[in-house]
Amino acid sequence: MKALDISGLTKTYKGGTQALKGINLQVSEGDFFALLGPNGAGKSTTIGVISSLVNKSTGSVKVFGHSVDTELVEAKSCIGLVPQEFNFNQFETLQQIVVNQAGYYGVPRDIAKKRAEKYLKQLDLWEKRNEPARELSGGMKRRLMIARALMHEPKMLILDEPTAGVDIEIRRSMWTFLKEINEQGITIILTTHYLEEAEMLCRNIAIIDKGIIVENTSMKALLSKLSMETFVLDLPVQSKPPCLQGFAFRNIDDHTMEVDADKDVGLNDVFRQLTEQGVTVLSMRNKANRLEELFVRMVEKGRKEQAGAA
Amino acid sequence: MANRNFTALRTIWIKECTRFLRIWIQTLVPPAITMSLYFVIFGSLIGSRIGQMGGFSYMEFIVPGLIMMSVITNSYANVSSSFFSAKFQRNIEELLVAPVPSWIIVLGFVGGGVARAILIGVIVTTVSMFFVDIQIHNLAIIIITLILTSSLFATAGLINAVYAKTFDDISMVPTFVLTPLTYLGGVFYSLTLLPEFWQWVSKANPIVYMVNGFRYGFLGVSDVDYMLSLGLLVGFNLLLFTIAYRLINRGVGIRS
Repeated sequence: MKALDISGLTKTYKGGTQALKGINLQVSEGDFFALLGPNGAGKSTTIGVISSLVNKSTGSVKVFGHSVDTELVEAKSCIGLVPQEFNFNQFETLQQIVVNQAGYYGVPRDIAKKRAEKYLKQLDLWEKRNEPARELSGGMKRRLMIARALMHEPKMLILDEPTAGVDIEIRRSMWTFLKEINEQGITIILTTHYLEEAEMLCRNIAIIDKGIIVENTSMKALLSKLSMETFVLDLPVQSKPPCLQGFAFRNIDDHTMEVDADKDVGLNDVFRQLTEQGVTVLSMRNKANRLEELFVRMVEKGRKEQAGAA
Repeated sequence: MANRNFTALRTIWIKECTRFLRIWIQTLVPPAITMSLYFVIFGSLIGSRIGQMGGFSYMEFIVPGLIMMSVITNSYANVSSSFFSAKFQRNIEELLVAPVPSWIIVLGFVGGGVARAILIGVIVTTVSMFFVDIQIHNLAIIIITLILTSSLFATAGLINAVYAKTFDDISMVPTFVLTPLTYLGGVFYSLTLLPEFWQWVSKANPIVYMVNGFRYGFLGVSDVDYMLSLGLLVGFNLLLFTIAYRLINRGVGIRS
């Protein structure tokens, strides 16, 4: 069974803005799925329709086989939503927020209190449980929304930019937590602007732009489409700039060089030529995130196709 | 299903009660102070010079109306403020993503407003006992009128909050509609003092029926038939609940 099955989904807002132009999307049970796209692409509208915060115009959405049109209660019960904006009552304590959320799903209060302890502890918020939410840091507020979304133990967790504005240490601890709950069987759908995050966590990916899915494949298959990568080489200070035959390269300054390498050719020849010139490579790194390059390419390709169709 | 709905209703109600109890200085203290001033000024100082009204001392006459005035104001303000804040902070989405039926959402918020109104009613009644010996003609009518009036204005407050886009929008109705209707609703005077034409006009004011129904429960006297008061209260409650349910169900003001 598909965790999520979207077919022909369109959404036109009052005023005529067409946010979704016929989306088809399937997410398998247990998947860790990335939904990427530039600002205004339709990511949050798609999530809004799935979670009943936005009324769709046409199309169908099924969550674990339950249609949001005819089995809304069952569909809602399967979903835990972590929205992009902080949307809890800033004056309530953490414990009140998560226990109340469980209550809305029909979880009795005594069970909800036990779950609150479990998830607030897992997300390092237990010590703050009696403090008003407004006193939390940005990272803590993000984690609070994850704890809240898990209180009814959903089968699918949807996270809309969950690590936006979070420092790298907390971000990595959130990644570890999300990986763990995904391994326990929870299907996760993630939107993010940190493409490194999607590359590290997700097995499958869809790229949406201007209300259309422009790519929908596995992360592995997507990354295999990248044939050319740029590497930055850190060198000792050079009196004479090194030179490479058969590679596009740029000497950025007297100790930094950029090399464009086709992945079918490899880098051995680069090292051989530099060694022959007596140049030592101190360290090396990718210039840009690989997924970022692909993302830009896919979006541009999609826009050209749309322009051509028009 | 029934258990889940009951748990959700109970949760909303507890959340609402916790909210107004958390800010008790804003919600519970002002009516006690305001009503004390009314009792001192209108009841003791001016009332002693007015003499009897409807066969009772002026203080005895105005007590039910003043309690009802607090109940109306607070039930309305509680829900309009709470629901609009939930929209403003977007925590209404906590309810919208959950499998909570629209009628439970309406009942939960209205239940919170009724709870605050009853608590205010008890506080104001207690304050009034320092100024006058309270007599009770029919406790059942007092309780039924109290609950129906508070639920009616709590629902009205919810409808106001659904349409409101700014905090100004939730203060306009209490200022320009509720306050004049309440002051002209027979709280401070008997309709029989008015010329016949103005008596007839006053009877188009729904608050007249609530104040008089409540007064009948305390004193056994009323300018209108108390059964008509109860009938109108039931009718208006059904009408406003239906409107509120439809608005929430369609997602007016809360869904894109």
